[in-house]
Amino acid sequence: MTEQTADPDTRAVGAKPDAAVVRDALGVGVAVGLSGFAFGVTSAGSGLTLPQTCALSLLVFTGASQFALVGALAAGGNPLTAAAGAFFLGVRNAFYGLRLSQLLALPRAVRPFAAQWVIDETTAVALAQPTRRGARIGFTVTGLTLYLLWNLTTLLGALGAEAIGDTDAWGLDAAGPAVFLALLAPMLTTTTERAVAALAVLLGLGLLPVLPAGVPVLVAASAAPVVLWARGRRAGEAGEGSAREGKR
Amino acid sequence: MNVWIAIGVTAVGCYAVKLLGLLVPAGAMERPLVRRLAALLPVALLAALTAQQTFADGQALVLDARAAGVAAAAVALVLRAPFLLVVAAAVVVTAGVRAMGG
Repeated sequence: MTEQTADPDTRAVGAKPDAAVVRDALGVGVAVGLSGFAFGVTSAGSGLTLPQTCALSLLVFTGASQFALVGALAAGGNPLTAAAGAFFLGVRNAFYGLRLSQLLALPRAVRPFAAQWVIDETTAVALAQPTRRGARIGFTVTGLTLYLLWNLTTLLGALGAEAIGDTDAWGLDAAGPAVFLALLAPMLTTTTERAVAALAVLLGLGLLPVLPAGVPVLVAASAAPVVLWARGRRAGEAGEGSAREGKR
Repeated sequence: MNVWIAIGVTAVGCYAVKLLGLLVPAGAMERPLVRRLAALLPVALLAALTAQQTFADGQALVLDARAAGVAAAAVALVLRAPFLLVVAAAVVVTAGVRAMGG
């Protein structure tokens, strides 16, 4: 494991000991992996069968998309609209992959296998490491523990939900929105993000009674380009987006 | 069967975007506007989903015990509680309000 490599990153100043990277990665992997329980319960409570619930965690493995899909299906959305909402939530993983592909410099043959682990948490841990070796260890340990625990706790959650029957009586229908809120909160750092969130809430709730299930969320996604466009128009005063000012 | 179709489409789509990120040469998706949009889309979707799953009952808007639970989760978030505690707060408060007939 300690052989000399040509990789200059390995010897970089401020390198963390491998054990520290593993400890950080395990912390994230275990904490988030355990919340597969909430997904299992929510999914079973939404009427999905045990194999369906487990297939989602095994094959989709990106929490927000999974919660979105079962939420939309439970609300009576048609399968393709439900899948579209879940898919759009997963699109951010492509941008994580871009960052990771440079950072980890994985052999091409390994990439199709590593791809399934490209999610918020593995990216966060990998990006936090000062060296390529640390990033690779962080990515692998976080990915492995999170994948194993997420799938195990999904199974337990789904079995538990079937055993206790009416999940609503136990307040478990509040787990889904609470998870979304916890994922959303750290993203609301600037007024742009807050404006997008506020407009999306208005669109999502306002259109709910008048459009078919699943569609209001997709329309609410347009809050992102709308706010970007509105801010671009006002970019003369603020610095943000001033590069596109010439078009006006 | 419909559910399996939704699962299949979601699984293929979500895996494809993950792989795409790893395979695409850097620079192709590095335009500032594209990056900005990719960062803001999850914000919009998560906000809309949070609101709907808190206040929607089918196609009707309702105010029930879930709102109290999600409010408790928000308080936990402001207090910087860990992820699992945030979710637990929502579940416990929702169950509590329902038990009291809310």
